[in-house]
Amino acid sequence: MSEPLRAVIVSHAGIASALIDAVKGIAGDASGIVAITNTGASPDRLCSDIGAAVGSGPAVVFVDMPGGSCLHAALAELRARSDVAVVAGVNLPMLLDFAFHRELPPFEAAERAVAAGTRAIRSVTLSAG
Amino acid sequence: MSIVLTRLDDRLIHGQVVVGWVQHLGVKRIVLVDDEVRSNAWEQELYTLGVPGDITVEFASVDEAVQAVRDWNADPTRTLLLAGRVDAIVRLCEGTDVIRKINVGGLHEGSGRTQRLAFVYLTGEEAEQLRRLHDQGVEVSAQDVPTANRAPLKDWA
Repeated sequence: MSEPLRAVIVSHAGIASALIDAVKGIAGDASGIVAITNTGASPDRLCSDIGAAVGSGPAVVFVDMPGGSCLHAALAELRARSDVAVVAGVNLPMLLDFAFHRELPPFEAAERAVAAGTRAIRSVTLSAG
Repeated sequence: MSIVLTRLDDRLIHGQVVVGWVQHLGVKRIVLVDDEVRSNAWEQELYTLGVPGDITVEFASVDEAVQAVRDWNADPTRTLLLAGRVDAIVRLCEGTDVIRKINVGGLHEGSGRTQRLAFVYLTGEEAEQLRRLHDQGVEVSAQDVPTANRAPLKDWA
């Protein structure tokens, strides 16, 4: 059996590592999912951290915001890579979907993770009584 | 005075700028002053990605900025000037008398730099350049986000 698809989460502060802890707690396994923080990192170092974490094989990179230093670094570092998908706006439901579909190619895994993450965002109200 | 902030930040357009300063100061235009980004359409597209649609983003080389800065300041559009390199800010300040205050928002670790504050690293030459601006009457202080305390240059360089 081939290796499960690799993922790298890039975030401000400790969001990425907290998300991985949550995935581990819910899905039971988060091996091959790596956290990177932008805290204290120069733009160049953030790029090289992302490149090293992704490695040479297929992967999905999740970043926390659609804009800003994390997305910028991911796209700058990975622009020539046709085997790496980049997703902005990571959330826990998105990662849980990914965790259970790591046999897929990166762009298919990314597409369904985005759909799951988007479906999970909703305003929730309870009717009284 | 419609240039409401001139910021030195090597991450250029990012969360602290767009979410923090732009909202705090009611900025409607960001001018990114950087020779490299000015000549790279792909980088420009990337930097524009995270900016809300009601904020205009313009890109200028340092030389273009020196020429245009008086017009930007006279224009009623509330404008944030942003550069990522100390030498760019120095050229901008020395090329015009419009910029009298510099906000140092983030210069991260790099070759030959030593730490001055949690979010400011400088080489000896960069520190000297900023002190020169100070001696020319430009107020230089460090403040990453609007809610933080402002640290004057003398405390860290």
